[in-house]
Amino acid sequence: MLARLRWTEFGRDPGAAIARARLISTLGPLIALLLASIFFSIRTDRFLTTENLSLITQQVAVVGVLAIGQTLIILTAGVDLSCGAVMAFGTIVMTKLAVTHGVNPFLAIALGIGVCLGFGVLNGLLVTVLRLPPFIVTLGTLNIAFALTHITSNEETIANLPDPVVFFGNTFRFAGTTITYGSVLAVALTLITWFVLTKTVGGRHVYATGNNPDAARLAGVRTRRVLLAVYATAGLLYGIAALVLVGRTGVGDPQAGQSANLDSITAVVVGGTSLFGGRGSVLGTLVGTLIVGIFRNGLQLLGVAAIYQFLITGVLVILAVAVDQLSRRRQA
Amino acid sequence: MGSSGLRRTIEGIGGRPRWRLSAGAFSAVAVLVTAGCGSSATPAASASPKPVIIGLITKTDANPFFVKMRQGAEREALLKGAVLMTGAGKDSSDAAGEVTALENMVSAGAKAILITPDSAGVTAAVKKARSQGVLVIALDSPTDPVDAADALFATDNKKAGQLIGQYAKAAEAGKTGIKIALFDEAPGSTVGKLRHDGFLLGYGIADGDPQIVCVANGGGNQTDSQTQMENCLTKDPGINVVYTINEPSAFGVYKALQNRGKQNGVLIVSVDGGCTGVGGVKDGRIAATSQQYPLNMAKLGVDAGVDFALNGKRVSGYTDTGVTLISDKPVSGVDSKDTTFGLANCWG
Repeated sequence: MLARLRWTEFGRDPGAAIARARLISTLGPLIALLLASIFFSIRTDRFLTTENLSLITQQVAVVGVLAIGQTLIILTAGVDLSCGAVMAFGTIVMTKLAVTHGVNPFLAIALGIGVCLGFGVLNGLLVTVLRLPPFIVTLGTLNIAFALTHITSNEETIANLPDPVVFFGNTFRFAGTTITYGSVLAVALTLITWFVLTKTVGGRHVYATGNNPDAARLAGVRTRRVLLAVYATAGLLYGIAALVLVGRTGVGDPQAGQSANLDSITAVVVGGTSLFGGRGSVLGTLVGTLIVGIFRNGLQLLGVAAIYQFLITGVLVILAVAVDQLSRRRQA
Repeated sequence: MGSSGLRRTIEGIGGRPRWRLSAGAFSAVAVLVTAGCGSSATPAASASPKPVIIGLITKTDANPFFVKMRQGAEREALLKGAVLMTGAGKDSSDAAGEVTALENMVSAGAKAILITPDSAGVTAAVKKARSQGVLVIALDSPTDPVDAADALFATDNKKAGQLIGQYAKAAEAGKTGIKIALFDEAPGSTVGKLRHDGFLLGYGIADGDPQIVCVANGGGNQTDSQTQMENCLTKDPGINVVYTINEPSAFGVYKALQNRGKQNGVLIVSVDGGCTGVGGVKDGRIAATSQQYPLNMAKLGVDAGVDFALNGKRVSGYTDTGVTLISDKPVSGVDSKDTTFGLANCWG
């Protein structure tokens, strides 16, 4: 078990079959992204324009940041249903404090992110100390965060936000098009997380814990501490996603984020990360996020009815999971 | 409130609190229990007659429209000395959640139940409740068929759409190169279809008209509508008339236009007349909106319920709770009121 763990974890797979399987799960999403882009470029000349591509990056930035946190949790064989609701609560906390209560905007942002971090820590403690299944824990916190969002906002959208709160919606010109700081932040966070996951001891411990918690613990990894750190980091990322969302819409919207949990799980799975834990990459998640975003955008440009967009997303998810399962079976 | 396949799935998993007993109802139950046990009830409780229980079931708890409706019902119930029980589906397509709430309210002894029906999925339960002697009034949207409930108190949603359709047509009269985007709520929404059809009727076009360049599902919320409008603008940057199902959707559309520096010269029309929405009409983001009156629906419903419980009088048929076109730029041939009126009568 330990030997297998070591081989797969450190990238020198002994068998050609395993190598092939890993190649599929790494390259698969990229190929899908390329094929989808080519398809939409052929079907409509409005798809492959710098303006539209810029738009897609803006549209996926929020789910992109959420999906980083979701990736961390899924890598430990967990799942987080609460991410969208926690993010929505974060947006209400930061906008309500800044607008209604006149709190310094930077402090309001910090408190909004802090609340999300708090939810992450709560999820982590319930999973590690009480040893409750992540699915149930985050189902609970989903409802708690949802209720708190609607209680504190009184169902009202909060507008007229001070500049610092909406900073990540601002744009700059690059290569003849506009890019929002929110999109840049999403990519930067992805790269930082990728670096930490693959190049640091702590990151490798996340993979080890997800792959086989018992083996990891016997090998000296403090798995509960790793799990707690993962959930806390995810909470922090949801807080940052809240800030990006507020920048994008310019308001604190209590209705936001209601489908973001499934959107983020979809992005992670389509990006090739295994729901069984221990395998996958946050770079794949970025690609998965883009695939989902490109499908939504492209199908809309083609005038395809919304309901078919869900149909296609469903097919993509099943395909991605099937590929993962098949490659696992071969490996075993 | 928008209901997509994905949303439905998560909310199926996610289970929001589906129904709720207000504090008043708890005390009422306590009174009933103590009376039933024959123990020495307090003089105050034994002196007063059993309070009338009225149930209110909204499509969801997370939409300002229904929240205001609930608050209006709570206020009226307090005035009439009735006890209000409230329940809600998880989203606008959770018929099962509404049925559960309805059944529970009948068990709890509600004399009248006000419901904003999701779909035909609640019809059987409504009929069953009526056969048990409960008065059932549909609020906001009709049951399917409409006579499954005793009465319907609602906005004429088709007329609401028609008014803004006529307004848009008159406002753009004589202009050429009209390009229309339609922002619906979600596939299968009854109210959404009525407003959509009403708008087209008022504008004098039909689905598939070449002037319609983009049809999107904004879910009735700002975030999704913004994303969809961005895509619509990519598809056709020349869009100059936008119909939106409600005001949050209109604000999302405006934000997308603003990001492109195109907010001027695009006519956005909407439905609802919430205070934030009328504010959007006042500051010019929305050209006109059809204002409806959820507080009125709730008030009339509670009054009818109490009247039935005390005097046995059953209401029937359709009561139009009214719709008014609100705009600060009136056009000839379409009656409208200004935002001063709109703000004085708004509900959010």
